[in-house]
Amino acid sequence: MSTVSEPIAGTKVHYLNADYGIKSWLLTTDHKRIALLYLAGITFFFFIGGAFAVLMRLELVTPQGDMMQPETYNKMFTMHGVMMIFFFLIPSIPAVLGNFLVPMMIGARDLAFPKINLLSWYIAMIGGAFTLYAVVAGGVDTGWTFYTPYSSTYSNTHVIATAVGVFISGFSSILTGLNFIVTIHKMRAPGMTWFRLPLFIWAHYATSIIQVLGTPVVAITILLVGLERGFNIGIFDPELGGDPILFQHLFWFYSHPAVYIMILPGMGVISELVTCFARKKIFGYAFVAGSSVAIAVLGFLVWGHHMFVSGQSVYSGMVFSVLSFLVAIPSAIKVFNWTATLYKGSIVYMTPMLYAFGFIGLFTIGGLTGLFLATLAVDVHVHDTYFVVAHFHYIMVGGAIMAYLGGIHYWWPKISGKLYPEGWARLSAGILFIGFNLTFFPQFILGYLGMPRRYHAYPEEFQVLNVMSSAGASILGVGYLIPMIYLVWSMRYGRPSPPNPWGSAGLEWKTPSPPPTFNFDKTPVITEDPYIYSHDEEVEVG
Amino acid sequence: MTHHVEPRKVYFGIFAALMVLTALTVLVAMFDLGRFNIVVALSIACAKAFLVVMFFMHLRFAKPLTQVMVAGGLLWLVILLSGTITDYISRGWLGIVPGW
Ligand SMILES: [Cu+2]
Repeated sequence: MSTVSEPIAGTKVHYLNADYGIKSWLLTTDHKRIALLYLAGITFFFFIGGAFAVLMRLELVTPQGDMMQPETYNKMFTMHGVMMIFFFLIPSIPAVLGNFLVPMMIGARDLAFPKINLLSWYIAMIGGAFTLYAVVAGGVDTGWTFYTPYSSTYSNTHVIATAVGVFISGFSSILTGLNFIVTIHKMRAPGMTWFRLPLFIWAHYATSIIQVLGTPVVAITILLVGLERGFNIGIFDPELGGDPILFQHLFWFYSHPAVYIMILPGMGVISELVTCFARKKIFGYAFVAGSSVAIAVLGFLVWGHHMFVSGQSVYSGMVFSVLSFLVAIPSAIKVFNWTATLYKGSIVYMTPMLYAFGFIGLFTIGGLTGLFLATLAVDVHVHDTYFVVAHFHYIMVGGAIMAYLGGIHYWWPKISGKLYPEGWARLSAGILFIGFNLTFFPQFILGYLGMPRRYHAYPEEFQVLNVMSSAGASILGVGYLIPMIYLVWSMRYGRPSPPNPWGSAGLEWKTPSPPPTFNFDKTPVITEDPYIYSHDEEVEVG
Repeated sequence: MTHHVEPRKVYFGIFAALMVLTALTVLVAMFDLGRFNIVVALSIACAKAFLVVMFFMHLRFAKPLTQVMVAGGLLWLVILLSGTITDYISRGWLGIVPGW
């Protein structure tokens, strides 16, 4: 341990003002600065992906396909999916909040490989640039799943550029996961045993396992499509001796677990929020931690539930159906434990907690409707309808994005050193909740009534529900813009934050806000379990 | 942490073994073994991969944590292959013709 100079009152040096200039950002190896680079990058991709959603919802206001050609509409939903999944949701919580917090929560000075961390950001941005090129050059229409033969024999759009972009960004995901695994194994502060780790860390550890073990498979799959197209090697094309269903097996082997890359870190965030704002120790720590690992493992055994009606054998479908029911158990364990944590807690209704409540409710709806879809016979009726669209948006928007925003608000004082305006934040959390449900709940009904997804036109009788959905989407858009504005505003004009505005027990709050470049002036020594709250520690602001 | 240094002749030995196995692959390809063609080819390939991982990549003398990580990767490959093969071998087992 080297001696680090005490911060002098008034001229506090922290990671944001330690160095100035564009080079100090683009060449930084500070995990906190890299987190902010990611924040900027993925926010940009989020708004691009969002723009495509806006165009789709506009088209669907009327039953006729009167705004765009069907081919154009195909491109809209494809690019919405590609941008949102590969360039926003997958990096969102791990690369922003995880990057910022994993070292701080375990008492480390940085991640194990700071330069690789920076490299992962550049790789993600280069991947994004390829995909943006494809968007500008005319788009892709295969759906975000790149199913063969849409992406091979019959492709007529910029599949290769998009696929290259996704392929490249996969390496960024692998490197982040690898970095977290090594960091969590090797760089824990003295006394930070595995069962003293915050649940956020357990969630990120499980996520990292998925990233490292799953992402190479999708990368190779994309490569195989390229090999088939370029060199006529028969892998997916029956005429060359291949099998298109093989593509779906390989693709979903990654892409189902990828759902957990999106939701597990969110669950980690929720565990932190619920304990802090209920001012109680988490109920069943070992179960919540273990269920993260269980989800990571079981999540790899269920991919065939995306293929019940694709020509996969019925026997296989039965196996995957049963396994899919099993994976609901660890998710349910988490929901029950959060609820039990709230029981008799002194609940404080600050903005992050509002998002946590939103997450628990919406994730539960999303998860339970997943069981409908995992049921073989029901899936024959609702597959490829808006029921599916509603289900996974409840998981990804209602779950992952709610957790992401909750986490951003909760750690914003730590990240920026400023407090955000609580009134505006509560208002926009409410707007988001209403807008989200108005957008996606009607889609459950539409799907159940049989409206298929991925069409630009639909029968008259579906118009009312579609208009509701489009109206909800515009409310949702406002709900995203308001936080964007006040968070940026608060960086300059917000009240300075004390080191621990929420009275949290977390280690990351035991250092100034914003933290010094190496996080802690002295390596902390951990002597007690996480989440030790007494009822007299109060929230300092509000 | 002590670093195990392999004597140079082990490396040359492994290299020779890899070459022999490569020659064997080519040799076997000249005979038609029916459905065993693929079995033999893949077995030889696996043996070669095993040698590379154990000696050239030093897994034999790596720390247990590293070995666990590699074993995990292998287990995941088994999951991928067995899940996929379950579909291929069981198509038509239940005598149900999909009606969609
Ligand atoms: Cu799935």
